[in-house]
This record gives sequence, C-alpha cells and structure tokens, in this order.
Amino acid sequence: MAARTRYAPDRGLTVRMTATMFLLGLVFVAFVAAIIGIGAAYHASSAAIVLFAVVLGGGFAIGSLFYSDKIALATAGGRVVGPNDSEDARRIHGIVDRLCALADMPKPRVAIADADMPNAFATGRNADHAVLCVTTGLLRRLENDELEGVIAHEMSHVAHKDVQVMTIASFLAIIAALLIRIAFYGELFGGGRRSNDSNAGVVMLALMAVSIIVYAVSFLLIRMLSRYRELSADRSGALLTGQPSALKSALVKVTGQMARIPTRDLRTAQPLNAFFFAPAMNLNAKAGLSAIFSTHPSLERRLAELDKVQQQLGRTAG
Amino acid sequence: MGFLDTLLGRTKPVQPKLDDLFALPSAAVTLDAGAGFKPTGSGSVCFRPVEGRSFSDVQKDVQELLNASSGKEGGLPVEVTKDSYGFNWLVSSHMSDELEALVTDLHAVNSSLVDNGFGPQLLCTLVAFRDDQERRLGLIYLYKRGTFYPFAPLSGERRDNALELQVKGVIGSDLKFEPDLARWFPVWGAPGL
Repeated sequence: MAARTRYAPDRGLTVRMTATMFLLGLVFVAFVAAIIGIGAAYHASSAAIVLFAVVLGGGFAIGSLFYSDKIALATAGGRVVGPNDSEDARRIHGIVDRLCALADMPKPRVAIADADMPNAFATGRNADHAVLCVTTGLLRRLENDELEGVIAHEMSHVAHKDVQVMTIASFLAIIAALLIRIAFYGELFGGGRRSNDSNAGVVMLALMAVSIIVYAVSFLLIRMLSRYRELSADRSGALLTGQPSALKSALVKVTGQMARIPTRDLRTAQPLNAFFFAPAMNLNAKAGLSAIFSTHPSLERRLAELDKVQQQLGRTAG
Repeated sequence: MGFLDTLLGRTKPVQPKLDDLFALPSAAVTLDAGAGFKPTGSGSVCFRPVEGRSFSDVQKDVQELLNASSGKEGGLPVEVTKDSYGFNWLVSSHMSDELEALVTDLHAVNSSLVDNGFGPQLLCTLVAFRDDQERRLGLIYLYKRGTFYPFAPLSGERRDNALELQVKGVIGSDLKFEPDLARWFPVWGAPGL
C-alpha cells in the first residue's frame, strides 16, 4: 500500500513544460527538414557545413556539460570549502547535510563566492559532480531558514538534472548560431571566388535565413523552459523544507537587494544568470517584452506559485 | 527518479523507511557486550516542521499520546525542542533498561507523522548511549536511507572518529549501517544525547 502523501504534482506546470519541449522538438525537426530541403532544391551539398556545425556545436555542448562546475565556479570566483573552514562554511554544511538526508541525495560540494551580490547557484553534470555555491552577500543578508529555502531550491535544480536538460535544449540554438556565423563568413569571403557558382551563394543565404529564424524561436523557447524549471525548483524546494514562506521571504529580500547592487558586479555576473537563484539584471517584470526574454519568472509569479504549495501543505488531514 | 520526472522537472518527496528501527534493541545488547556502551534511556526523533495548522495539530496529538502512555508507567513527559537549523526534536526519556519501550515511543511518532502524510518530513532518530568513562555516543537512524550511523561528539564540536568506527566494527553486522561515510553528518547539540 502506498503511504499517504500530501504531494500532488502541479499539472498546469507539467502541461506547459511538455508543450514547450514539444515545440523545441518541432523546431528541431523543421530545422533539419529545411536544411535537407535547401540542399535538394539547389542540388548543392550543404551537408559538409551542417556536419561541421553539428560536430563543433556538439563539442561545445559536451564541453560545457562536463566542465560546467569548473566554469561556473571560476566565473563566480567561488572556492570549495570544507565544513571546518569557517563559521559560514559550517553553517552551510549543516543546512546541506540535513537537506540531503531529508531528500536522500548525495551531498554536493559546497563553495562560497566572495561577492556582495546576494545569490546562489548549483551546477555540475549530475548529482555526484554537483557543486553548490552561495555568495557572502547572501549569507550575510538571510536568516537560517531563508538560506535553507534558497539551498533547497538549488538542490532541486540538481535533482531535476537542470544542467543536462538545459544543455540539451540549448544544443539546437548553438548549432543554429554556428551556422549563421559560418554562412555569414562564407558569403563574405567566399563570394568572389564562387562568382560563377550562383547556387552556392543562394544556399548560404538560405541557410543563414533558416538558422536566424531557428535561433530566434529556440532562444525564446529555451528562456520559457528555463522559467518553468525555476518554478518547479521553487516548488520542490518548498515541499522539501515544508516552509514556503521562508523561501518567499528570501525571494523578496534577494530581489529587493538586487536593485542596489553596483553595476560592476552586475556585468561580471551576467553569463551565470541561468544558474542563479534570482537573475542579477533587474528586469522590469511588468514590461511584457522583457518578461519573455527573461531566464527567471517574475517575483509575483514565483510568490503566487509558492502560495499554492503553502495551501497544499496546510490542507487538514482527512 | 525516472526519466519522465527529470524531463518534467519534478521530484516526489521521499517516503521514510521505518521497519529497520526495531533492530535497535538487539544491537544494543551486542554494543554493551562488545564496547561497554549502555543506553541512557533517552532518544529523540528529528523532523522538519511544516508551516500551517495541520502540522502543528499532528505534533500536538503525538505529544499528548506519548505523555499519556508514559504517565502510566511513571516516565518523564516528552519535550519538543527546536534546533538552530529549524528542525524539531521530540525527546522521549525512559529508564535506561527500557530500550524497547523507547523504540516503541519513537515508532509511534513516526507512524503518526506518516499516517497524516508528513512522512517526508522525518529526518532521523537518535538513541543515546554512554559508557563507564561517560563518553557519549548516539546511534542515528536515517529515515530516508533506512540505515544507522554512530555519532560520538567530543567537547568543542569535534567527533571521536575512532570510537565511531569501532562501534561500526562491533555492531556493523547487527544493524544496516550507512556505507557512505559522507552521509554520517554530525548533529551537534542534539537534544537527548
């Protein structure tokens, strides 16, 4: 007999995420079909260029997957700490130990980045190679229960294998971006040499046009996927700690502090945005356009989703 | 976690394994014979409180249930303490020769929480031991793994690793021990230890 559980999957979120992934797959199929179509229509072989882009793009994707922990740590300036290294390290290790025991997960490595910006991220290709990094700014501003909410959110990213999922999802966009560049330089430098072969020029132009469209569409879809995965990490994190309000209060504190961060920190932190607890750029959530380009959902949206978890946990037994 | 769960970014809360806890009384006999550690009679259950009325009602019921049963046998009332990490410890104290009654008490806490759907909130249970030289030892049961590990605190937040490994050698075959040493996390200042 299954044990009684208060856990109920969020169907709305599941449906939206599935739809996003389906669309990404559809774009991928359309992309492949368009490339084959271009080749067939102009009796020109674009296979070599496409193969080159796939191999190069695949190399990038696999490289970033395997070195994601090292790259992210180096960019954020984080150093891995043991439980006895400092008072802060002891505090995080204590929280991580308990959350891992609660969730039955292997313990990730713990790192501290010396930055005033209150933030945290988790990366690594799987749970055994995961590293969790928090900034000193976050440690200083948050109480223990809020910090625990943030760490539970990051550990949910690890449990959901978000680095793998997002890398695979971005693969298409990487290839499209590479093809745009190859086609562009092909036009630029190859134009004179191939002046008697008009087909090659047309193929390059068509490849570039298709790649630009694919890049734009997949970029938006990836951002959408990223936002949904943030919401599910919030949800799983809150279910794990049983304290959605602590996570809400951490979110309000962190996003409120974001506005006051010096610009220099903002710029250096930008490449890491996708892994952060809250984005470093202070986007205006009410502006519709910035919302669809954003890696993270708006604060209002995240708080509303956490309200649902709160109601779910508070339901009287019966 | 299955492929679909990964794809959809969802984790189901882990349900606790409760049955292995009952292996404790027989292992305690071996521990006394092999290392000279006797149970102190106190033990505690550590769980993560959930916000909201429903959880505090369950916790109150558990406390009343245990107090009612210990009242008949002249035991001490159970107490609830909150640690600095926000976890609650429900401490039950018995006479040192009543290990079975203690384990029954601890199990009552587990089953009440599980029956009300709060099983995923259980973290660990701790049973305290002491030897003639007043060295402290806690045997900790991890609910999600269904495994035990020893925790021997010294003064100043240091652990007696030698003693812990010795204990593993003595009762390692009686109890399901946690094989991954990285999961033997310390519980400094755990109530009841």
